[in-house]
Amino acid sequence: MNVLQTILILAAAFLAVFGEAAFSLPRQLFGAQVDLLPALMICAALNTNVVTVSLLAVLGGLWFDALSANPLGVTILPLFAVGFPICLRRDLVLRELPFAQVFLGAAASALVPALCVLLLLTGGQQPLLGWGSVWQWLVMTAGGALATPVIFVLFDWCRHALGYQPQTETSFRPDREIRRGRQ
Amino acid sequence: MLRKKHYLALGAVTLVTVLLLSLPSRTVSHLKLAIGGLFLPLFGTVNAVRQLPDRAADTLLPRSELLKEIDNLRRENQEFEVRQQQTDASARENDQLRALVGWQQQQPWKLKLASVVLRDPANWWRTIQIDLGKRDGLVENLPVLTADGLVGRVSSVGYTRSQVVLVEDPSCRVSARILNPAQDLGVISPGGPLENSLVDLFYLSGNANLKPGQEVVTSGEGGIFPAGIPIGQIVDSRQAEFGLYTEARVKLSANLGALDQVWVLMNPQLN
Repeated sequence: MNVLQTILILAAAFLAVFGEAAFSLPRQLFGAQVDLLPALMICAALNTNVVTVSLLAVLGGLWFDALSANPLGVTILPLFAVGFPICLRRDLVLRELPFAQVFLGAAASALVPALCVLLLLTGGQQPLLGWGSVWQWLVMTAGGALATPVIFVLFDWCRHALGYQPQTETSFRPDREIRRGRQ
Repeated sequence: MLRKKHYLALGAVTLVTVLLLSLPSRTVSHLKLAIGGLFLPLFGTVNAVRQLPDRAADTLLPRSELLKEIDNLRRENQEFEVRQQQTDASARENDQLRALVGWQQQQPWKLKLASVVLRDPANWWRTIQIDLGKRDGLVENLPVLTADGLVGRVSSVGYTRSQVVLVEDPSCRVSARILNPAQDLGVISPGGPLENSLVDLFYLSGNANLKPGQEVVTSGEGGIFPAGIPIGQIVDSRQAEFGLYTEARVKLSANLGALDQVWVLMNPQLN
Protein backbone atom coordinates (compact mmCIF):
# COMPACT_ATOMS: atom_id res chain seq x y z
CA MET A 1 0.00 0.00 0.00
CA ASN A 2 2.93 2.34 0.68
CA VAL A 3 4.04 2.28 -2.97
CA LEU A 4 0.51 2.93 -4.13
CA GLN A 5 0.21 5.80 -1.68
CA THR A 6 3.51 7.26 -2.89
CA ILE A 7 2.38 7.02 -6.51
CA LEU A 8 -0.95 8.62 -5.63
CA ILE A 9 0.71 11.51 -3.84
CA LEU A 10 3.21 12.13 -6.64
CA ALA A 11 0.46 11.96 -9.27
CA ALA A 12 -1.60 14.42 -7.23
CA ALA A 13 1.41 16.74 -6.98
CA PHE A 14 1.95 16.57 -10.76
CA LEU A 15 -1.69 17.41 -11.45
CA ALA A 16 -1.72 20.11 -8.77
CA VAL A 17 1.27 21.91 -10.28
CA PHE A 18 -0.23 21.68 -13.76
CA GLY A 19 -3.62 22.90 -12.47
CA GLU A 20 -1.98 25.90 -10.80
CA ALA A 21 -0.32 26.85 -14.08
CA ALA A 22 -3.26 26.11 -16.37
CA PHE A 23 -6.23 27.48 -14.44
CA SER A 24 -5.99 30.94 -12.96
CA LEU A 25 -9.46 31.34 -11.45
CA PRO A 26 -8.15 31.94 -7.87
CA ARG A 27 -5.77 34.56 -9.29
CA GLN A 28 -8.64 36.33 -11.05
CA LEU A 29 -10.90 36.13 -7.98
CA PHE A 30 -8.46 36.78 -5.13
CA GLY A 31 -5.35 38.17 -6.79
CA ALA A 32 -3.19 35.15 -5.88
CA GLN A 33 -2.75 31.57 -6.98
CA VAL A 34 -3.15 28.93 -4.25
CA ASP A 35 -0.29 26.43 -3.97
CA LEU A 36 -1.42 22.89 -3.14
CA LEU A 37 2.05 21.36 -2.72
CA PRO A 38 2.41 22.32 0.99
CA ALA A 39 -0.97 20.75 1.75
CA LEU A 40 0.08 17.59 -0.08
CA MET A 41 3.34 17.61 1.84
CA ILE A 42 1.42 17.64 5.14
CA CYS A 43 -0.64 14.70 3.96
CA ALA A 44 2.51 12.83 2.89
CA ALA A 45 4.37 13.62 6.10
CA LEU A 46 1.53 12.37 8.31
CA ASN A 47 0.60 9.27 6.34
CA THR A 48 3.72 7.98 4.59
CA ASN A 49 7.44 7.60 5.21
CA VAL A 50 10.46 9.86 4.80
CA VAL A 51 11.20 8.48 1.31
CA THR A 52 7.83 9.67 0.00
CA VAL A 53 8.33 13.03 1.70
CA SER A 54 11.75 13.41 0.02
CA LEU A 55 10.39 12.33 -3.36
CA LEU A 56 7.50 14.77 -3.10
CA ALA A 57 9.84 17.60 -2.15
CA VAL A 58 12.26 16.90 -5.02
CA LEU A 59 9.78 16.08 -7.78
CA GLY A 60 7.10 18.56 -6.69
CA GLY A 61 9.72 21.30 -6.43
CA LEU A 62 11.18 20.44 -9.83
CA TRP A 63 7.79 20.42 -11.54
CA PHE A 64 6.80 23.71 -9.93
CA ASP A 65 10.07 25.45 -10.79
CA ALA A 66 10.02 24.09 -14.35
CA LEU A 67 6.73 25.88 -15.07
CA SER A 68 7.70 29.03 -13.23
CA ALA A 69 10.45 31.61 -13.57
CA ASN A 70 11.98 30.38 -10.28
CA PRO A 71 15.56 29.10 -10.47
CA LEU A 72 15.33 25.32 -10.81
CA GLY A 73 15.41 23.62 -7.39
CA VAL A 74 14.55 26.61 -5.23
CA THR A 75 11.21 25.13 -4.07
CA ILE A 76 12.69 21.77 -3.00
CA LEU A 77 14.22 22.85 0.30
CA PRO A 78 11.18 24.82 1.59
CA LEU A 79 8.91 21.85 0.89
CA PHE A 80 11.30 19.45 2.58
CA ALA A 81 11.81 21.84 5.51
CA VAL A 82 8.07 21.64 6.15
CA GLY A 83 7.59 17.92 5.58
CA PHE A 84 10.68 16.48 7.30
CA PRO A 85 10.09 17.72 10.89
CA ILE A 86 6.41 16.76 10.73
CA CYS A 87 7.35 13.31 9.46
CA LEU A 88 9.77 12.90 12.39
CA ARG A 89 7.29 14.02 15.04
CA ARG A 90 4.06 12.75 13.54
CA ASP A 91 3.32 10.51 16.54
CA LEU A 92 2.68 13.68 18.52
CA VAL A 93 0.18 15.05 15.98
CA LEU A 94 -3.52 14.21 16.19
CA ARG A 95 -3.66 13.65 12.48
CA GLU A 96 -7.29 12.47 12.42
CA LEU A 97 -8.59 15.79 13.72
CA PRO A 98 -9.64 18.30 11.02
CA PHE A 99 -8.44 21.13 13.27
CA ALA A 100 -4.90 19.72 13.31
CA GLN A 101 -5.01 19.27 9.54
CA VAL A 102 -6.20 22.84 8.96
CA PHE A 103 -3.60 24.24 11.35
CA LEU A 104 -0.72 22.29 9.80
CA GLY A 105 -1.94 23.12 6.28
CA ALA A 106 -2.04 26.82 7.10
CA ALA A 107 1.40 26.75 8.69
CA ALA A 108 2.92 24.86 5.75
CA SER A 109 1.23 27.06 3.14
CA ALA A 110 2.52 30.15 4.91
CA LEU A 111 6.03 28.84 5.44
CA VAL A 112 6.80 27.42 1.98
CA PRO A 113 6.29 30.64 -0.07
CA ALA A 114 8.03 32.70 2.63
CA LEU A 115 11.08 30.40 2.54
CA CYS A 116 11.02 30.40 -1.29
CA VAL A 117 11.07 34.20 -1.43
CA LEU A 118 13.82 34.26 1.21
CA LEU A 119 15.92 31.88 -0.89
CA LEU A 120 15.27 33.94 -4.03
CA LEU A 121 16.33 37.15 -2.32
CA THR A 122 19.40 35.41 -0.89
CA GLY A 123 20.28 34.26 -4.41
CA GLY A 124 20.16 37.82 -5.74
CA GLN A 125 16.84 37.45 -7.59
CA GLN A 126 14.30 40.28 -7.70
CA PRO A 127 10.82 38.79 -7.33
CA LEU A 128 7.74 40.99 -7.63
CA LEU A 129 7.12 42.00 -4.00
CA GLY A 130 5.17 44.79 -2.32
CA TRP A 131 2.37 45.37 0.15
CA GLY A 132 0.11 43.33 -2.10
CA SER A 133 2.33 40.33 -1.40
CA VAL A 134 0.98 40.24 2.17
CA TRP A 135 -2.53 39.76 0.79
CA GLN A 136 -1.26 37.09 -1.61
CA TRP A 137 0.48 35.35 1.29
CA LEU A 138 -2.77 35.39 3.32
CA VAL A 139 -4.71 33.97 0.37
CA MET A 140 -2.14 31.21 -0.07
CA THR A 141 -2.25 30.42 3.66
CA ALA A 142 -6.04 30.31 3.77
CA GLY A 143 -6.25 28.32 0.54
CA GLY A 144 -3.72 25.77 1.76
CA ALA A 145 -5.49 25.50 5.14
CA LEU A 146 -8.82 24.77 3.48
CA ALA A 147 -7.32 22.36 0.97
CA THR A 148 -5.52 20.17 3.54
CA PRO A 149 -8.57 18.42 5.10
CA VAL A 150 -10.04 17.94 1.62
CA ILE A 151 -6.82 16.25 0.49
CA PHE A 152 -6.88 14.03 3.60
CA VAL A 153 -10.46 12.97 2.84
CA LEU A 154 -9.59 12.24 -0.80
CA PHE A 155 -6.57 10.16 0.17
CA ASP A 156 -8.53 8.24 2.79
CA TRP A 157 -11.14 7.50 0.17
CA CYS A 158 -8.46 6.34 -2.31
CA ARG A 159 -6.82 4.20 0.37
CA HIS A 160 -10.09 2.49 1.17
CA ALA A 161 -11.00 2.08 -2.50
CA LEU A 162 -7.66 0.75 -3.72
CA GLY A 163 -6.10 -0.91 -0.64
CA TYR A 164 -6.83 -4.20 1.12
CA GLN A 165 -9.71 -3.97 3.55
CA PRO A 166 -8.87 -5.12 7.13
CA GLN A 167 -10.90 -8.14 8.13
CA THR A 168 -13.43 -7.08 10.72
CA GLU A 169 -13.80 -9.33 13.76
CA THR A 170 -17.33 -10.16 14.76
CA SER A 171 -18.30 -10.32 18.41
CA PHE A 172 -20.49 -13.35 17.74
CA ARG A 173 -19.12 -16.58 19.18
CA PRO A 174 -21.11 -19.78 18.53
CA ASP A 175 -19.91 -21.40 21.78
CA ARG A 176 -21.37 -18.52 23.83
CA GLU A 177 -24.73 -18.59 22.08
CA ILE A 178 -27.65 -18.74 24.47
CA ARG A 179 -30.09 -21.24 23.20
CA ARG A 180 -33.65 -20.63 24.30
CA GLY A 181 -36.58 -22.96 24.31
CA ARG A 182 -36.65 -26.75 24.61
CA GLN A 183 -34.13 -28.85 22.71
CA MET B 1 15.14 10.06 17.01
CA LEU B 2 16.97 10.59 13.71
CA ARG B 3 17.63 7.22 12.15
CA LYS B 4 20.00 6.35 9.34
CA LYS B 5 17.17 6.56 6.79
CA HIS B 6 16.37 10.10 7.88
CA TYR B 7 19.99 11.20 7.62
CA LEU B 8 20.18 9.70 4.13
CA ALA B 9 17.00 11.48 3.00
CA LEU B 10 18.17 14.79 4.45
CA GLY B 11 21.56 14.47 2.77
CA ALA B 12 20.11 13.40 -0.58
CA VAL B 13 17.59 16.25 -0.77
CA THR B 14 20.19 18.84 0.23
CA LEU B 15 22.66 17.46 -2.31
CA VAL B 16 20.09 17.52 -5.14
CA THR B 17 19.13 21.12 -4.30
CA VAL B 18 22.72 22.33 -4.13
CA LEU B 19 23.54 20.57 -7.40
CA LEU B 20 20.54 22.07 -9.20
CA LEU B 21 21.16 25.57 -7.88
CA SER B 22 24.80 25.48 -8.96
CA LEU B 23 24.13 24.38 -12.55
CA PRO B 24 24.98 26.87 -15.32
CA SER B 25 22.00 28.93 -16.50
CA ARG B 26 21.99 27.43 -20.01
CA THR B 27 21.79 23.88 -18.63
CA VAL B 28 19.06 24.96 -16.20
CA SER B 29 17.08 26.47 -19.05
CA HIS B 30 17.28 23.23 -21.07
CA LEU B 31 16.47 21.15 -18.00
CA LYS B 32 13.44 23.32 -17.21
CA LEU B 33 12.08 22.97 -20.72
CA ALA B 34 12.67 19.20 -20.62
CA ILE B 35 10.84 18.81 -17.29
CA GLY B 36 8.10 21.15 -18.50
CA GLY B 37 7.73 18.86 -21.53
CA LEU B 38 6.31 16.21 -19.18
CA PHE B 39 3.16 18.32 -19.02
CA LEU B 40 2.66 18.31 -22.81
CA PRO B 41 0.05 15.51 -22.82
CA LEU B 42 -2.11 17.60 -20.48
CA PHE B 43 -2.17 20.70 -22.70
CA GLY B 44 -4.80 19.18 -25.02
CA THR B 45 -7.05 18.40 -22.06
CA VAL B 46 -6.86 21.98 -20.84
CA ASN B 47 -7.74 23.36 -24.27
CA ALA B 48 -10.72 21.04 -24.45
CA VAL B 49 -11.90 22.11 -20.98
CA ARG B 50 -11.46 25.79 -21.86
CA GLN B 51 -13.44 25.38 -25.08
CA LEU B 52 -16.36 23.62 -23.38
CA PRO B 53 -18.25 26.79 -22.35
CA ASP B 54 -17.71 28.30 -25.82
CA ARG B 55 -19.03 25.18 -27.51
CA ALA B 56 -22.01 25.08 -25.19
CA ALA B 57 -22.71 28.74 -25.98
CA ASP B 58 -22.37 28.05 -29.73
CA THR B 59 -25.05 25.38 -29.62
CA LEU B 60 -27.40 27.64 -27.70
CA LEU B 61 -26.90 30.73 -29.87
CA PRO B 62 -29.82 31.31 -32.30
CA ARG B 63 -29.12 31.30 -36.04
CA SER B 64 -30.42 34.87 -36.50
CA GLU B 65 -27.85 36.09 -33.99
CA LEU B 66 -25.04 34.36 -35.88
CA LEU B 67 -26.18 35.84 -39.22
CA LYS B 68 -26.26 39.29 -37.65
CA GLU B 69 -22.74 38.74 -36.34
CA ILE B 70 -21.52 37.67 -39.79
CA ASP B 71 -23.03 40.82 -41.32
CA ASN B 72 -21.24 42.97 -38.76
CA LEU B 73 -17.95 41.20 -39.40
CA ARG B 74 -18.33 41.63 -43.19
CA ARG B 75 -18.92 45.34 -42.73
CA GLU B 76 -15.90 45.63 -40.42
CA ASN B 77 -13.79 43.68 -42.89
CA GLN B 78 -14.71 46.03 -45.73
CA GLU B 79 -13.86 49.00 -43.56
CA PHE B 80 -10.46 47.48 -42.75
CA GLU B 81 -9.82 46.78 -46.43
CA VAL B 82 -10.42 50.43 -47.30
CA ARG B 83 -8.16 51.50 -44.43
CA GLN B 84 -5.53 49.02 -45.59
CA GLN B 85 -5.51 50.62 -49.06
CA GLN B 86 -4.98 54.01 -47.47
CA THR B 87 -2.20 52.61 -45.24
CA ASP B 88 -0.52 50.94 -48.23
CA ALA B 89 -0.52 54.27 -50.08
CA SER B 90 0.99 55.99 -47.04
CA ALA B 91 3.62 53.25 -46.73
CA ARG B 92 4.56 53.62 -50.42
CA GLU B 93 4.86 57.36 -50.02
CA ASN B 94 6.93 56.85 -46.86
CA ASP B 95 9.25 54.44 -48.70
CA GLN B 96 9.72 56.92 -51.56
CA LEU B 97 10.54 59.74 -49.15
CA ARG B 98 12.95 57.50 -47.21
CA ALA B 99 14.64 56.57 -50.49
CA LEU B 100 14.97 60.26 -51.41
CA VAL B 101 16.58 61.13 -48.06
CA GLY B 102 18.64 57.94 -48.04
CA TRP B 103 17.14 56.44 -44.88
CA GLN B 104 16.82 52.69 -44.25
CA GLN B 105 13.62 51.17 -45.67
CA GLN B 106 11.05 49.95 -43.14
CA GLN B 107 10.04 46.31 -43.34
CA PRO B 108 6.42 45.33 -42.63
CA TRP B 109 6.01 43.45 -39.36
CA LYS B 110 6.05 39.68 -39.65
CA LEU B 111 3.82 38.30 -36.90
CA LYS B 112 3.08 34.78 -35.67
CA LEU B 113 0.01 33.93 -33.65
CA ALA B 114 0.58 31.92 -30.46
CA SER B 115 -1.78 30.49 -27.87
CA VAL B 116 -1.09 31.00 -24.18
CA VAL B 117 -0.88 27.53 -22.65
CA LEU B 118 0.28 28.15 -19.09
CA ARG B 119 0.80 30.96 -16.59
CA ASP B 120 3.47 31.14 -13.91
CA PRO B 121 2.22 29.23 -10.85
CA ALA B 122 4.33 31.40 -8.53
CA ASN B 123 2.78 34.67 -7.38
CA TRP B 124 6.06 36.59 -7.49
CA TRP B 125 6.75 36.26 -11.23
CA ARG B 126 4.71 37.33 -14.24
CA THR B 127 5.43 34.92 -17.09
CA ILE B 128 3.38 32.89 -19.53
CA GLN B 129 4.17 29.97 -21.80
CA ILE B 130 3.16 29.98 -25.45
CA ASP B 131 2.85 27.14 -27.95
CA LEU B 132 5.56 28.35 -30.36
CA GLY B 133 9.20 27.33 -30.13
CA LYS B 134 12.43 26.83 -32.05
CA ARG B 135 10.65 24.81 -34.74
CA ASP B 136 8.55 27.92 -35.51
CA GLY B 137 11.63 30.12 -35.76
CA LEU B 138 11.43 31.77 -32.33
CA VAL B 139 14.55 33.08 -30.66
CA GLU B 140 15.08 34.83 -27.34
CA ASN B 141 14.05 38.47 -26.80
CA LEU B 142 11.46 38.69 -29.57
CA PRO B 143 8.69 41.18 -28.69
CA VAL B 144 5.25 39.78 -27.89
CA LEU B 145 2.09 41.87 -28.33
CA THR B 146 -1.66 41.80 -28.80
CA ALA B 147 -3.84 44.02 -30.98
CA ASP B 148 -4.18 46.31 -27.92
CA GLY B 149 -0.53 46.72 -27.04
CA LEU B 150 2.75 45.36 -25.73
CA VAL B 151 2.71 42.12 -23.71
CA GLY B 152 6.39 41.32 -23.09
CA ARG B 153 9.34 39.51 -24.61
CA VAL B 154 10.35 35.90 -25.21
CA SER B 155 12.73 34.91 -22.40
CA SER B 156 13.53 31.27 -23.13
CA VAL B 157 12.77 29.06 -26.11
CA GLY B 158 12.11 25.33 -26.21
CA TYR B 159 11.46 23.19 -29.26
CA THR B 160 7.67 23.48 -29.17
CA ARG B 161 6.98 26.16 -26.57
CA SER B 162 8.55 29.29 -25.10
CA GLN B 163 8.42 31.36 -21.97
CA VAL B 164 7.36 35.00 -22.24
CA VAL B 165 8.22 37.57 -19.56
CA LEU B 166 5.33 40.02 -19.22
CA VAL B 167 5.76 43.79 -19.02
CA GLU B 168 4.79 43.72 -15.34
CA ASP B 169 7.59 41.26 -14.40
CA PRO B 170 10.67 42.68 -12.61
CA SER B 171 12.99 41.24 -15.27
CA CYS B 172 11.28 43.04 -18.17
CA ARG B 173 12.26 46.72 -18.51
CA VAL B 174 11.01 48.70 -21.48
CA SER B 175 12.21 52.05 -22.74
CA ALA B 176 9.08 54.12 -23.33
CA ARG B 177 8.18 57.40 -24.99
CA ILE B 178 5.21 59.58 -24.09
CA LEU B 179 3.32 60.99 -27.03
CA ASN B 180 3.30 64.58 -25.73
CA PRO B 181 4.91 67.65 -27.35
CA ALA B 182 8.20 67.05 -25.50
CA GLN B 183 8.26 63.30 -26.38
CA ASP B 184 9.50 62.48 -22.85
CA LEU B 185 11.43 59.24 -22.37
CA GLY B 186 11.26 56.90 -19.38
CA VAL B 187 11.62 53.28 -18.32
CA ILE B 188 8.65 50.99 -17.63
CA SER B 189 8.98 49.01 -14.38
CA PRO B 190 6.50 46.66 -12.66
CA GLY B 191 3.81 48.06 -10.38
CA GLY B 192 2.64 46.19 -7.27
CA PRO B 193 1.88 42.46 -7.09
CA LEU B 194 -1.87 43.09 -7.10
CA GLU B 195 -1.90 45.86 -9.71
CA ASN B 196 -2.53 43.79 -12.79
CA SER B 197 -2.98 46.55 -15.30
CA LEU B 198 -0.78 49.28 -13.81
CA VAL B 199 2.98 49.71 -14.24
CA ASP B 200 5.33 52.49 -13.20
CA LEU B 201 7.18 54.79 -15.57
CA PHE B 202 10.46 55.95 -14.03
CA TYR B 203 13.29 58.32 -14.92
CA LEU B 204 11.22 60.95 -16.74
CA SER B 205 12.79 64.39 -16.73
CA GLY B 206 11.99 66.60 -13.73
CA ASN B 207 10.05 69.15 -15.84
CA ALA B 208 8.05 66.60 -17.86
CA ASN B 209 4.58 67.92 -18.59
CA LEU B 210 2.38 64.87 -18.11
CA LYS B 211 -1.37 64.69 -18.31
CA PRO B 212 -3.65 61.71 -17.62
CA GLY B 213 -4.64 59.96 -20.83
CA GLN B 214 -1.43 60.67 -22.76
CA GLU B 215 -0.36 57.68 -24.83
CA VAL B 216 2.83 55.77 -23.98
CA VAL B 217 4.60 53.75 -26.67
CA THR B 218 7.91 51.91 -26.96
CA SER B 219 10.76 54.28 -27.78
CA GLY B 220 12.80 51.79 -29.82
CA GLU B 221 15.80 52.16 -27.53
CA GLY B 222 17.17 49.29 -25.51
CA GLY B 223 17.71 46.88 -28.38
CA ILE B 224 14.66 44.64 -27.96
CA PHE B 225 11.42 46.43 -28.74
CA PRO B 226 10.91 48.42 -31.97
CA ALA B 227 9.54 51.94 -31.70
CA GLY B 228 5.84 52.67 -31.71
CA ILE B 229 4.25 49.68 -30.00
CA PRO B 230 1.46 51.00 -27.73
CA ILE B 231 2.10 50.32 -24.03
CA GLY B 232 -0.69 52.23 -22.31
CA GLN B 233 -1.90 55.57 -21.05
CA ILE B 234 -0.70 57.87 -18.25
CA VAL B 235 -2.90 57.62 -15.14
CA ASP B 236 -1.12 60.08 -12.82
CA SER B 237 2.35 61.45 -12.10
CA ARG B 238 4.43 62.71 -9.18
CA GLN B 239 7.80 64.29 -8.54
CA ALA B 240 10.51 62.00 -7.10
CA GLU B 241 13.88 62.58 -5.40
CA PHE B 242 13.12 66.25 -4.59
CA GLY B 243 12.05 67.03 -8.15
CA LEU B 244 15.09 65.48 -9.84
CA TYR B 245 12.87 63.29 -11.97
CA THR B 246 9.21 62.47 -12.48
CA GLU B 247 7.44 59.16 -11.99
CA ALA B 248 4.12 58.21 -13.53
CA ARG B 249 1.69 55.34 -13.39
CA VAL B 250 0.66 53.82 -16.71
CA LYS B 251 -2.46 51.77 -17.36
CA LEU B 252 -1.50 48.99 -19.77
CA SER B 253 -3.43 48.77 -23.03
CA ALA B 254 -3.22 44.98 -23.21
CA ASN B 255 -5.19 43.02 -20.61
CA LEU B 256 -2.41 40.79 -19.27
CA GLY B 257 -4.75 39.00 -16.88
CA ALA B 258 -6.84 37.48 -19.66
CA LEU B 259 -4.41 36.56 -22.41
CA ASP B 260 -5.53 33.71 -24.65
CA GLN B 261 -3.65 34.48 -27.84
CA VAL B 262 -0.67 36.74 -28.50
CA TRP B 263 1.39 37.80 -31.51
CA VAL B 264 5.12 37.26 -31.66
CA LEU B 265 6.95 39.89 -33.72
CA MET B 266 9.40 37.81 -35.76
CA ASN B 267 11.37 40.64 -37.39
CA PRO B 268 11.69 43.49 -34.93
CA GLN B 269 13.31 46.33 -36.81
CA LEU B 270 15.32 48.27 -34.25
CA ASN B 271 16.66 51.76 -34.49
